[in-house]
Amino acid sequence: MPVEYLKETPSQTGGPYVHIGTMPAVAGLPVRSQETLSVLAGATTPGERIRIEGVVWDGSGHPVKDALVELWQADSTGSHHAEGFSGFGRAAADFATGEWSFETVKPGSLPWRDGRPQAPHVSILIFARGINIHLHTRMYFADESAANAEDPVLRSIEQVGRRATLVAERTRKNGVPTYRFDIRLQGDAETVFFDM
Amino acid sequence: MTETGDFIRRDRGRHPPAFTPGYKTSVLRSPKCALVSLEQGPGEKAGPVFPRSMLAPLDNDLIRNFGTGGEAIGERIVVHGRVLDECGRPVRNTLIEVWQANAGGRYRHKNDGYLAPLDPNFGGSGRCMTDDEGRYFFRTIRPGPYPWRNNGSDWRPAHIHFSLFGEAFVQRLISQFYFEGDPLIAKCPIVNTIPDPAAREALIARLDLAQQMPFDALAYRFDIVLRGRRQTFFENL
Ligand SMILES: [Fe+3]
Repeated sequence: MPVEYLKETPSQTGGPYVHIGTMPAVAGLPVRSQETLSVLAGATTPGERIRIEGVVWDGSGHPVKDALVELWQADSTGSHHAEGFSGFGRAAADFATGEWSFETVKPGSLPWRDGRPQAPHVSILIFARGINIHLHTRMYFADESAANAEDPVLRSIEQVGRRATLVAERTRKNGVPTYRFDIRLQGDAETVFFDM
Repeated sequence: MTETGDFIRRDRGRHPPAFTPGYKTSVLRSPKCALVSLEQGPGEKAGPVFPRSMLAPLDNDLIRNFGTGGEAIGERIVVHGRVLDECGRPVRNTLIEVWQANAGGRYRHKNDGYLAPLDPNFGGSGRCMTDDEGRYFFRTIRPGPYPWRNNGSDWRPAHIHFSLFGEAFVQRLISQFYFEGDPLIAKCPIVNTIPDPAAREALIARLDLAQQMPFDALAYRFDIVLRGRRQTFFENL
C-alpha cells in the first residue's frame, strides 16, 4: 500500500452568479468594506501605470459575459508581497459586452526556479459558467520582445506558434499605456492554458 | 515565507474535465488543446494574503449580514469544517468566500430572473477566515433548489458556492457543496461533470446534529482539502 494522502476537493463551475460572493457590487449588492477590485495601483504606487483589458471569447466567437478574471503579479521590482501593493486583482466581464480591465503597474522581472530571469508577466485565472475548473494563463508584454524570447515558460510551449497567444500588444488609450489581451477558449488561436 | 517546496500535482482525474456535454455551456467554453504542464515558479508558489481586518463582524452571518436589521427566512443552519492540505496540514488564515440562493432558490443578482421572490433580508454573500487549526464556520439559511436551462428545466440541488485561496496561486479553488440526503444531487448535470463517484461524495456536507445550536439552527459539517506542499528533501539541487 502506498502512503495515503488526503485528496483535493473537486472543482465545480463558479456559475453565472459568481459575483455575489466575489464582487458583490457587480451583482447589484451593496459595496462592502475593502472590496478587492480591478484597480491595483494608486497614484503613489512605484512603476509604470498601465491598463490591461480584454474579452474572453467562446468557441463560437462570442464574448463570455459572465467571466470573472483574477490577476496576480509582481510589483515593478519583480517582488511579491511588496508593501502597499497586493499584486492581486479581480475584474468582472461587462454583462453587455464581455469587456474587462485592470489598472495596475507593469511588473518587473522575477527569477524562474533555476534562477534564469522570467520576462515580465501577469498570471491570470478565468472563472465562468460552463468552465468546470478555472483556467490558468499568463499575459506577457509585446514591448519586452528580447526578454520574452528568453522566457523559460514561453520557451517550454512546444508549439512555437502558440506562444504569441500570451503576448499582448501595447497601445495607448486616453493617454494610458494599454495592453489588449483577448483570451480564446477554443479555435485556431486558442490561448495557452497551464497545468502548474 | 519559509516554505519553498512545490505543490503536489493536481490530480485532474478528481476534477471535472473541461468538456462535459451533459452540461451544455461547457461545450463552447472548454479548451481543445491539452493544458501545458509546467513546474511552479516562485510567483505561482506565492499568493494573495488577506488581512483579517478586512472582515466585518457579520461577514460570516448570512442570516443578518444584508444589513436591513431583519433576519433571512428559511431553515437556519451553521456550516463548519476544517481546511486541510493534501498532507493533512491545516490551512491557516485563509479567506473563504461563499454565495448562495435564498430559501426559495432565487439569487440576489442582476441576471437572475427566476420567479421565486427575493427575501428582503437576504443578500446571499458571506466570507470568513480559517483559524490556526484551519477551522471555519458561518451561519446561513439552507438555500432552495432552482431550475435552470440545460436539458429543458434541469434542477440544481441545494448548494452553496465557495472560493478559497490557500497560501499559493496554484491552490486556488472554486467549487460548490451539497447537502446530505438531497435526491437532486444524483440527477444534477453539474455534479455529474465529476466522473469519480468518490470525488462527488467529497462535495456533500454531512448533517452534524451534535454541533446544532439548540432551538436555533441545525449544523452541517464540510471539510475542504487544498493541494499539498511537497517537502524539500534536497534543497538547492
Ligand atoms: Fe448556484
